[in-house]
Formats: sequence, structure tokens, C-alpha cells
Amino acid sequence: MSVPSEHLFILAVVLFAIGAAGFFLRRNVIVVLMCVELMLNAANLSFLAASRMHSLAAGATKPSLEGPTFAIFVIVVAAIEAAVGLALVIALYRTRQTVSLDAVTDLKD
Amino acid sequence: MFEQAPLILAGSSEYDWLWLIPALPLGAAALAGVLHFLTLRSRGAWKEKPASHGHDAHGHADPAHGAHGQAAHGAAHGAAHEATHGAHGHAHGDHEVHADHGHTKVPAGIGALAPVLAALSMYAAFALALKGFFALKELGEGARVLRSTAWAWIDTGTFGIDIAMHLDPLSSVMTLVVTGIGALIFTYAAGYMKGDPGYAKFFAYLALFAFSMLMLVLSSSLIGLFVGWEGVGLCSYLLIGFWYQKNGPAEAGQKAFVMNRIGDASFLLGTFLLAQMFGSLDMAAINAGVPGSIAAHAPELFLAGLFLFGGACGKSAQIPLFTWLPDAMAGPTPVSALIHAATMVTAGVYLVVRMNPLFAASPTLLAIIGIVAALTAFIAATTALVQRDIKKVLAYSTVSQLGFMFLGLATGAWAAAVFHLVTHAFFKALLFLGAGSVIHGMHEEQDMHKMGGLKRYMPITFATFIAGAAALSGLPLLSGFFSKDEILAHTFAQRSPLFYALWAVGLLTAMLTAFYTWRMVALTFFGKERFDAAKVHPHESPALMTLPLVVLAILSVVGGALGLPIVFGAPHLLAEWLEPVTRSGTAILRASHGEHHLSHTTEWILLGVGALIAIVFAVRGFRAYVGGTARDLEREAKSPRLAAFLGDAWTIDTKYTSFVVGPVKLLAFVIAVVIDAFAIDGLVNGIAALTRGIGGRVRKMADGSIATYGLWMGAVTALMAFLFLWKR
Repeated sequence: MSVPSEHLFILAVVLFAIGAAGFFLRRNVIVVLMCVELMLNAANLSFLAASRMHSLAAGATKPSLEGPTFAIFVIVVAAIEAAVGLALVIALYRTRQTVSLDAVTDLKD
Repeated sequence: MFEQAPLILAGSSEYDWLWLIPALPLGAAALAGVLHFLTLRSRGAWKEKPASHGHDAHGHADPAHGAHGQAAHGAAHGAAHEATHGAHGHAHGDHEVHADHGHTKVPAGIGALAPVLAALSMYAAFALALKGFFALKELGEGARVLRSTAWAWIDTGTFGIDIAMHLDPLSSVMTLVVTGIGALIFTYAAGYMKGDPGYAKFFAYLALFAFSMLMLVLSSSLIGLFVGWEGVGLCSYLLIGFWYQKNGPAEAGQKAFVMNRIGDASFLLGTFLLAQMFGSLDMAAINAGVPGSIAAHAPELFLAGLFLFGGACGKSAQIPLFTWLPDAMAGPTPVSALIHAATMVTAGVYLVVRMNPLFAASPTLLAIIGIVAALTAFIAATTALVQRDIKKVLAYSTVSQLGFMFLGLATGAWAAAVFHLVTHAFFKALLFLGAGSVIHGMHEEQDMHKMGGLKRYMPITFATFIAGAAALSGLPLLSGFFSKDEILAHTFAQRSPLFYALWAVGLLTAMLTAFYTWRMVALTFFGKERFDAAKVHPHESPALMTLPLVVLAILSVVGGALGLPIVFGAPHLLAEWLEPVTRSGTAILRASHGEHHLSHTTEWILLGVGALIAIVFAVRGFRAYVGGTARDLEREAKSPRLAAFLGDAWTIDTKYTSFVVGPVKLLAFVIAVVIDAFAIDGLVNGIAALTRGIGGRVRKMADGSIATYGLWMGAVTALMAFLFLWKR
């Protein structure tokens, strides 16, 4: 028995909070995307941690695969999101010569 | 179908040719309509402003006039017209616009085919009506019904309406009158309307009218009858407003339409009531069911009959709905003759005779009809006394004579009413056509005070008009004498105080009738010429117009042979012919009232009195006016208020205008301003303003910043997660 599950959850919460803070506060699109990745990975971590915790509580020798399976799905979605997001960034830069979110508030009013 | 079983009706396919009777005029109407559009195209009138239609003949003849703008057309026309063609005297003749008085003629072109088609269809329909008459005659007396069912229109298991033609002795008489007189009037109109820009259109409308009228008299069900009823109302509207470029005819058409609509609503109520009571709208089924339900359902029968009579009041111009008919004279004269004298306005009489058991079932209803009829006859006759417009005299006379027909119906003298309907169709169509011929010959003058001495100029019109006037005034041995006196004799024979009073009113009306008829004759054809001979050159009408006059004059003289009085010893042909139709109603009346017969002496006395007053008052009317208009002017000077009161039909129409039309307009104004603009618009606009307000606030959320969107997304997700988990 090495790392307690609580520590893993606290880490996940910290990672999510860092990602969320970056998402709300930063203006650089690339950094915002990276923060989104961070939040997704915080979620992955909590999936895996929960999976491990529940299997240990049930007395199983090996962890169940439910948590990791979800984590893999999330990774797939994150990869696609990164691809689309970066494509948007490139398109944005080509038209506006900027990657700052302050410069793209055209949907206002 | 409810109780269809006891009615043994003739086979269907055998009499399918009955459908041809209304179908022929319908086809002619469609073809004439096509011809109208072709003539429009050939004249290039598509782009033309409609306002120039009635006047273009004058416009071309007067170059100065052409300079005026379209907007000022109407006003400018009057002035220019008076100056250059003052002879036309448009002061009164403002209905009749013709282009055939030496002005440029509108090329008739293929439009001239329309009257040929329409008249041919009417002659063919008349031939078929004769065929129907003889086919009926061959059948045994009890089985005189030809029926041809086309299809079941509505069939819901417990209730059904068939689209069927139903020819029995009554509809046979009506069909003969409509097609026979219709054919003559179509012929006359071909001459009368010559040169009118809407020549083909006129015959399209006229043929459509004939179709509707034939549907009305031939339909087997009340709903089928109602289809024709509405059809004739529509055609009446179209034809009254035929010269729609002018205010008068257009407004008269609308008035007729609206007044008729009031009656039609009543008619529909009666129809619904009957449908509910008898589970069928087939008139034969209803008539068969009435005798059995008198005991249990007398109030419902009374109400249904009253509603149907309300419809008849609208169509047949009885008080309180008669005021549209005099205004309807704004239409072309052949229309007045066909629709507003001979056929359409008698639809109410036809309806009552057709449903005679229903009306016979309620003595109260018959008394109401009698009072309404006598009042109508009397008021209209007094109004006719003082009219100057020759067509107005005839219009009020028509209202009065329709009152006589309803008086006959009120006494249960169904055959006598139909008899008067037929003779009236003869002589009133003749008088209207004669008046049209006079108006035509006088260059659209309708004021009798500006006529006089015309017998010298129009001998045929004069001779035929005399025959018609003699028949209308009930001079002995002419058709009107027999039919009118039969109705009065039946009223007298009722032996009740009410009907003695109605008989007295009827007799008084007969005096007035003789008086105003011969006043009209004297003013028009006798005395000094009161027109400017330098400008007006009266002339006899063409043969196309005088031939129908001659035929109708003969019918008016000998038509009485259809129903000679019993004391003459000859059979009453019409009463015998209609007996299968009227049997049921007569039996009901006999059961409730007992039988009333006049002794031969009484009948001779009544006939003598009728003949005497007709002769005396005809002579008095003629004598009073043969010298000129002095008597009218003297009366007007002596008692102007009475003259105005009579001239305005006892000011009934004026009262309607102030007490009904005014409040309705006020109500419409209130609805338009308060309810529509305030309540309805307020509601609709309020909802829109609310939506805009909310939208204005909500859209502040979308400030373009990704972070804000993310915040909302996160907040709402968190809220949903909280709610979801909290429920656990």
C-alpha cells in the first residue's frame, strides 16, 4: 500500500483548479487550450484513482478496467479537441495576426 | 337516411337529362365568360383603368374631355357631358350607360356571340322543361315526381344529403317560368345591352343567374335549394352593380347582398332546426314527417317555419327586409325584369309552397305571414303612388304584389299564390321590359315627369305596356284580375276578424295598384310632351326588343286561363296541376280550421267588387294624370311632409339608416379603435415588447469573451450536477 487514494484526488483537484484558473484568466489561445488539456487530465486522474480505490475496497488483486477505459476515451477526445483547437488557432492567426482572446470578441452584441 | 323508405321515388338514371336544364345555362355562362376575356384582350383593355369602361364611348366623341386626368374623370365627365350632350339628361338616367346613340361604337366582335349562346341555352332549357312537363303529365296523378340522384353529398350513417334533381308539378311550373321568361328576357337584353363594353360579361352573369335559379327550384334538399338561393343572391349582386364604375349601382348591389344575408342567416337557422328534428334535409322527407309531429313538436315547427319565412322575407323583399329591392333598380333594366320582378324575388313564395305542410302546421305563423304580407303590400303601394322614376314605381309595385302572394300563402291558398306568381311574372316582366324600351328610346331618361306623349313615338311599346298595365291593375278578364281576386277571395273566406281586416287592406291595395299603374301609363304615354324635342328624339326600339314584349303581352292577357274562378265553371288548371304538392298542407289546414267555402253569390259579389274598383281607380288614376304632372306638384306643394313620407317608403329605410346602420357603424368604430387597436394590438404588441425586453437583457450574457461563456457553462453544469446529486 503506497499512495493513499485521497492524495490522488487532491492532486486531481489541484490540477483541475490550475487548469480552470488558466482557462478563465489567460488571454493566449494556446495557453487556454493547454489549460483545457490540464482539466481533462485532472479528470483522467480522478477516473483512474476512483477505479483503483473501488477495486481495492472490493478486495480484488487487480484494478478494474472501467476507469482506465474512460480515461482512454477522454484521451481520444482530447486529441481531437487539440487538433481542432490548434487548427482554429492557425486560422485565427492567419486572419487576425494575433492569438489573443481579447481581440476576438465579435459575437458581442 | 331517415324515413326515406316510405317515399317511393322514380329511378335515378332514367331522368338524368334533368341535369341538363341547369347545366345548359351554366355552360353558356362559362363560355360567355371566356368570350368576355377574349374581347378584353382584343380591345387591349387589360392595362386600361376600369373607371374608363362605362364612359369611353363618350370620351372618344369629345376630344376636350380626353384631356382630363383619370382621377377627375367622373366629375369632369358630368360637366362635359351636360355641355355637349345635354339631351341625355343624366340627372336621373345615371344608371344606364350606353354607347349606341351616335357616338363611337365599341366593336362588338366575338362578344356578340355571348347573347346568342346564352339565349340558345335558355331556349334549349325551356324545351327540356317542356319535356319534363309532359313526362310528368304522362305519369299517374299520385306519382308525378321525376328524380335523378347524382351522388350522396354527405353520408354519415344517421344523416345524409343527396345531390338530386327533383321535378314535381311545382318545380315544373317554376322551371317553365324561369326558362320561358328567361329566354324572352335574354333575347330582349341582346338588343338592350348592345354596345356596352361588358356585353359578354353581362350574359355570363345572366346565364349564371339562370343556372342558380334552376338549381334553386329543382333541388331535392333544403341545402341544394340553399346553394341556388345563395347563387341567385350573388348574381343579383353582380348584376345590380353591373355598372360598378358608378357609386349608385355599386352601393345598391352591396345593400342587396347584405340585406339578403340577414334573411339567409335566418334561413340557415330554420334548416338546422329541421335537420335536427327530422334527421334529413330532403324536402320530401320533411314534408312527409311534418303531419306526424304536429302534436308533439308544434313549437319547434313554428320556429323552423318562422326562420324559413325570415329567409323568404329577405329574398322576396317583405317587411322588414324589403328596402333593398327599390335600390336594386340601379341595375340594367333586363336584370330588373328577370331577377327583381319575375324570378328571384319569387323564390320566397316558392319556398313556402314547397314546404307547405310545415307552414300549415302553425296557424300563428300563417297569421304573422298574413300581417307582414298585407302591410308590405299596402306600404309599397302607397309609396308607388308618388314615385317619379318609372322603374321605382314598378319596383314598389313588385314589392306590393309579392305581398299579395304571401297574403295568399297565409290563407293556405298555395295554388292561388303560385298563380299570382306566374301571372305577375308575365305582366311585371312585360312592364319592366316596356319601361326599359321607353328609357332606351328616351336616351336614358327615367323621370316620368320628363316624358309624356310617347304613344305617338313608340306604338308597339305603348300597346304592350297597356296590356301589362291592365293586367297589373286587375282589369277584368286579364291575368292579374283572376289571380289577385282569387287571393282576396281566399282571404275573405277565412272568416276570422284578422283576415277580414287583411282582406280590407288587400282591397285597398288593389285600388292603389290600379291608380298608380294608370298614373304611370298616363304620365309616360299620354299628355303633353314634357321633354325638349330639340334634344331628345324618342324612337321605337329594335325588333329584338319589341318581339319579347309582344309575346309577354299575349301571355299577360290570356294567362288568366290557367286559373279561372270556380264560378266560371271552368277547371282551375293550375290548382289541379299543383294538387299533389299542396295536398298535404291543405289537409293539415282542413283538420285544424275546418273547410271554408264561399257561396257562389258571395264569390260573384267579390269578383264584381274587384272588377269595379279596378276599373274605377284605373280611370281615376288615368284622368288625374293624363293632363300632366299638375296633380303631383299640387300635392307636393299642399302637403310636402306627406309626399316626402310616402316617397321615402314611410321612411323605413331612413330609419334603418339612423337606427341600425348608424349604431352598427358606431359599434364597428368602437371595435376598430378600442378593441382592435387597444386590446388586440396591445396584447400582440405587448408580447413582442416583452420578448424584446427579455432578449435585450439576456444578450448581455454574450459579451464575446470565451471566459464568460466558459463560466456560464461551468456554472450551469455545476448547478445541474448539484441538483442531480442532491436528489439522491
